[in-house]
Amino acid sequence: MDGDVGRGQGLSVILARRAGAPQGARPADPRRRTFWALALPPALGLTLFLVAPLLFMAALSFRTDLSGTLLAPFAPTLKHYAQLAATTPFLRSLGLSALTALGVAATATALAYPLAYYLAFRAGRRAAFYLVLLLVPFWTSYLLRVMAWKLMLGGEGVVNSLLMSAGIVEEPIAALLYNRAAVIVTLVYVWIPFAALPILAALGRVDVRLHEAAADLYATPFQQFRRVTLPLSLPGVIAAFLMVFIPTVGEYVTPLLVGGTSGTMYGNIIQDFFTRAANWPYGSALAMVMLVGTLGLVAVGLRLVNPRRLLER
Amino acid sequence: MTATARPTAARLVATRGPRRRWLGSYFWLLIGALYLPISILFVFSINANTTLAFPLKGFTLDWYEQLFDTPALLRAVRNSLGVAVWSSLAATALGAMVAILLSRFDFRGKGALTGLAIMPLIVPYVVLGVALLVLFKAAGVPLSLVTVGIAHVIVALPYTTLIVLARLVGFDAQLEEAAMDLGASYPTTLRLVVLPIAAPALLSAWVTAFTVSFDEFALALFLAGRDPTFPVYLYGQLRFATTLPVLIATAVLLMLSTLTLILVTERIRRR
Repeated sequence: MDGDVGRGQGLSVILARRAGAPQGARPADPRRRTFWALALPPALGLTLFLVAPLLFMAALSFRTDLSGTLLAPFAPTLKHYAQLAATTPFLRSLGLSALTALGVAATATALAYPLAYYLAFRAGRRAAFYLVLLLVPFWTSYLLRVMAWKLMLGGEGVVNSLLMSAGIVEEPIAALLYNRAAVIVTLVYVWIPFAALPILAALGRVDVRLHEAAADLYATPFQQFRRVTLPLSLPGVIAAFLMVFIPTVGEYVTPLLVGGTSGTMYGNIIQDFFTRAANWPYGSALAMVMLVGTLGLVAVGLRLVNPRRLLER
Repeated sequence: MTATARPTAARLVATRGPRRRWLGSYFWLLIGALYLPISILFVFSINANTTLAFPLKGFTLDWYEQLFDTPALLRAVRNSLGVAVWSSLAATALGAMVAILLSRFDFRGKGALTGLAIMPLIVPYVVLGVALLVLFKAAGVPLSLVTVGIAHVIVALPYTTLIVLARLVGFDAQLEEAAMDLGASYPTTLRLVVLPIAAPALLSAWVTAFTVSFDEFALALFLAGRDPTFPVYLYGQLRFATTLPVLIATAVLLMLSTLTLILVTERIRRR
């Protein structure tokens, strides 16, 4: 405990800070010891279990093979990256994953926008309750929601058995499940409630008096939306897009469950190299490409939208 | 309406008519679509058949009974609960520390800390999963529930940090300065001033971290050893069509418990 901190000292620190005193002139912050107590655990945890593993994986991607121990010194090589650049199916899978994520993020954001709009401007006093209603599916287990789609679309699933009992088809339609369309439908479904949140946050901060002003100036409701509301909510839209795109591009679980062979994504290839194929250096190179790509995209996204503005009231 | 008070959105909107109804119908249509697959799961869990073929043959509670006779399943559920409880407590504590640092201190490396604490939101799970796998292998750490828990602390940290941070930046630091002027040491000030202020946010942070961990699968699949968490167990059993109803029944029960937890804590927090 910093029991030695007296009353006057605390005040002088504050005064110094208020006055914007230069660093050197400021007396030692009485909170210094607490600062280290607060800083060390998270800094240590993040270094050990976030920075170290990613750096280690990066190092592994430059290794020829896994001979010797994992910690043994090695001569760096670019052969895995060269091999990846020459493997067309993998590159195509990377592109397809990015396209899938793009489609999923765009669709989920577009479908979520009217939901958020309704909650922000039309739902009235019940908005809080309706928001909970929208979020309940999101709080439901992810794996379970993907499972649900498997039950819906499968050969013995709901859709097929309904179609058959209605006499519309004779045989179950196999094409409903185990393809890219099933992956996209499932992912859009999973992300819609989540995508509504940042849009709602942005719309909630739109000053409604602007709507009045627009109406006073004879804007039609559509003009009012297009020229006032939509531009003001754009940061939320971009945030929603990114918040769906990022997890989707690295997705491997949903394709595993409903994707079949034609619906696999880049994440599944990475997973394969660490489990069945057990070629960790090559798998690391594949993972590095995904990591760098995602981080680059986020850097671009952050330029477009200042996340701090979404946190403010 | 005074000029200073910013009117709430709902009060001001005067537009009525077809457009309003159209938006409302859209909202309810989508809510229906979101709940449909979940209700299908529920129907499946009380369905007297191992496939969900319509017309249904009848209803039963057998699956719910059977789940209590499946030791491996109960063990997996217990594992998940343990991992979720411990990892969420750790993530909340660490997140609160980061939030206090970011909102109350100026120091070199503040940007770096912010970036690191948010980074797990950006790193794809599959990448983080394999990276941790590589690290644990290299360090000779055997895979277990502990390694799963560590991964869950890391991915929950951005959420807990942001939730507590949002609360702390909304409060003026002058309260703490007042406490220190009155002779309180800084740790005492944290305990008596900052923690009570942050309490509702700490509760939401903990619940969020708990739910993140409780049904997390993508990381656990890489990092769980022989002893699976419930999602990993569920995935391993998917091949066997006959056990599926029991698994879904369990999952429905867990889903209802999680929802209750969220709604109850939300109630407490609002008070």
